[in-house]
Amino acid sequence: MDVLKIATAGSVDDGKSTLIGRLLFETNSITTDKLEAIMASSKKKGLDYVDLSLLTDGLIAEREQGITIDVAHIYFSTPKRKFIIADTPGHFEYTRNMVTGASNANVSMILVDARNGVVEQTFRHFYISCLLRIPNVVVCVNKMDLVGYAETTFEEIKAEFLAFAEKVRFPGQEISFIPVSSLYGENLVKTSEHMPWYTAAPLLTLLENVPLEQHLSEEAGRFPVQYVVRPKSEEFHDYRAYAGKVASGLLRKGERIMVLPSGQETTIARIEKFGREIEAAQAKESISLLLQDDVDISRGDMIVPISQLPQQGRQLDATICWMDKKPLRVGGTYLLQHGVNTAKAKVSALSNLVDVVTLGTDTEVAELKLNEIADVQLRTAKELFYDSFAENKANGAFIVIDEQTNSTVGVGLIK
Amino acid sequence: MAIHPAVFPRELEDEAIYIIREVAAQFEKPVLLFSGGKDSITLVRLAQKAFYPGKIPFPLLHVDTGHNFEETIQFRDELVAELGLELIVRYVQDSIDQKKVVEETGKYASRNVLQTVTLLDAIEEFGFDACIGGARRDEEKARAKERIFSVRNDFGQWDAKKQRPELFDMLNGRISLGENVRVFPISNWTELDVWNYIKEEQLAIPSIYYAHERETFERDGQILPYSSFITVSEDELVSTRTVRFRTVGDMTCTAAVESKAVAIEDIIGEILSATVSERGARIDDKRSEAAMEKRKQSGYF
Ligand SMILES: Nc1nc2c(ncn2[C@@H]2O[C@H](COP(=O)(O)OP(=O)(O)OP(=O)(O)O)[C@@H](O)[C@H]2O)c(=O)[nH]1
Ligand SMILES: [Mg+2]
Repeated sequence: MDVLKIATAGSVDDGKSTLIGRLLFETNSITTDKLEAIMASSKKKGLDYVDLSLLTDGLIAEREQGITIDVAHIYFSTPKRKFIIADTPGHFEYTRNMVTGASNANVSMILVDARNGVVEQTFRHFYISCLLRIPNVVVCVNKMDLVGYAETTFEEIKAEFLAFAEKVRFPGQEISFIPVSSLYGENLVKTSEHMPWYTAAPLLTLLENVPLEQHLSEEAGRFPVQYVVRPKSEEFHDYRAYAGKVASGLLRKGERIMVLPSGQETTIARIEKFGREIEAAQAKESISLLLQDDVDISRGDMIVPISQLPQQGRQLDATICWMDKKPLRVGGTYLLQHGVNTAKAKVSALSNLVDVVTLGTDTEVAELKLNEIADVQLRTAKELFYDSFAENKANGAFIVIDEQTNSTVGVGLIK
Repeated sequence: MAIHPAVFPRELEDEAIYIIREVAAQFEKPVLLFSGGKDSITLVRLAQKAFYPGKIPFPLLHVDTGHNFEETIQFRDELVAELGLELIVRYVQDSIDQKKVVEETGKYASRNVLQTVTLLDAIEEFGFDACIGGARRDEEKARAKERIFSVRNDFGQWDAKKQRPELFDMLNGRISLGENVRVFPISNWTELDVWNYIKEEQLAIPSIYYAHERETFERDGQILPYSSFITVSEDELVSTRTVRFRTVGDMTCTAAVESKAVAIEDIIGEILSATVSERGARIDDKRSEAAMEKRKQSGYF
């Protein structure tokens, strides 16, 4: 069964949470007890309608302020597929939570308030969606009820968005546009009668037909070792397997592989899943790998087919999105987590601070503040084995950890 | 309510195993919180798979409220014996006896809130730095906000407004002394996913999940199991009904549903046509609109 991951995006109050609530309502996915609870709290707030954003805005603070602060994950399914929706906040202050929700998405669903058109946060979120290389973007021009369901408004916003998008989108990224009213459920599940000029499919149909990324298995094989399984029991005395999740590509039994960083070569003797042997494992599968020869391997090492070696080195060039109040500074030392591997890293240079509206860049950058995006150059304490994010998402990203607070303070996408 | 039968999406299992392996690799003293319910049974299976043919490299912890269904405890002990697992049990009764908590009184008295104290004490006693739990984001609106690795401060508290960013599948389990991490490997599973998994894996579950005859009474439109732990008023008539439970909690706060389900397929069938959510049967969630978030702030699972 297919799982499609969607993340919402767009400025504060553009109607993201309402749209998700309404989509679930229209697909009959809200149980009566949850619906009754939402009705009761809408009434308590003095509203004369049912505020479906309360379905995802589950925190006390969110309900008080009527805004989303952190990502909510919502699940529903149709006969076609299972959907996992990350409803993210639109407020600039919580951009890091938006990035959290978007990092795993197949689809970025960007909302625009038809009255306001494209605003700074729309640009920012689209820019981030492109950085994260989310293959599908669906732009929902929302609150069409407040602009008399006017086609011209929709077309103007579409044109404005596209003019910007052409400058940042990556080849192969799909962008679609759809006029909706989240509050009234127009064009969500059924085609809207108010907008006969829009003849394409409603949102749900569109989401049911978004192609899933098929190319993962075509990427280079990358197997980061998570855990060494050594039972040392009588029955499995000499058993030694390397457990992990295939990050990308395909691994086959009998294939020649190289272990990094040691550079030793051997052959995959056996691939197991809970003791059961399989012939090959593909991206995202959690497996155990048994090798022909006794080689020294520990957590954080990477196993790759000898025909598909990654890049290696102690210097990384990346685009970084900063997520902490304490700015990133040239000369600062951090811990870098690349998959399941970690290394100390020092910031050697910062450049090209991005202005997400004008797309201009500032070349002189002394520090990177919360929610800012720039290019960074890092020197790591040990050699890393990586790919560019554009070629291989799973092996091309890292997070930055502040060793004082242990918090995740940034995300980097390798060039 | 429309959910669709579908088969279990295998990528959810791969994801959960990955998370459990990260716990074993990143932490010194992890523990798996085991309640005997379907979600924790699922976790045990996933942990078994993660380290096979090795043993699960951490113990199970059960916080026993003393108000459990007998069938659950029996099931727990059998499972632990069969798989050769290490089980730690800590009792809410002990926390009451040590005057750390005060037993609630009245019609709605429950030990559900009290168990947080017992849990936090156990975490401190053993120095657990990671607690794996079976909470799912689809259960409840505050749980929908949880990270997979969710950091708790040294008072066990969850600060919803200060959660760490969690990017791609990279899990940052670094903590300072005294803090611990709650880990939710089946965050992205729904109730139906769990049942489909139990079916596909042919996992045994406690008998109370299947239809059985039981003494029950009605309260606030729900069917509650009758037991010596609960105060029943005179106008609440106790009668025998054929019921089953959708979740396993305390006997004082877990409502039953009338059911004819004798096989797992029947359970799945009933869930598909249910109009009420799983936690709709949990009285502990109904105390207030933000009951779950408030309990989580104070260290509850
Ligand atoms: N008239 C009208 N109002 C809408 C529509 N969609 C949303 N709203 C209203 O817009 C306001 C904001 O909606 P939310 O869904 O909370 O917005 P959001 O994008 O989730 O906001 P954040 O998560 O805080 O960024 C609420 O008062 C909604 O009722 C719509 O289609 N038409
Ligand atoms: Mg919102």
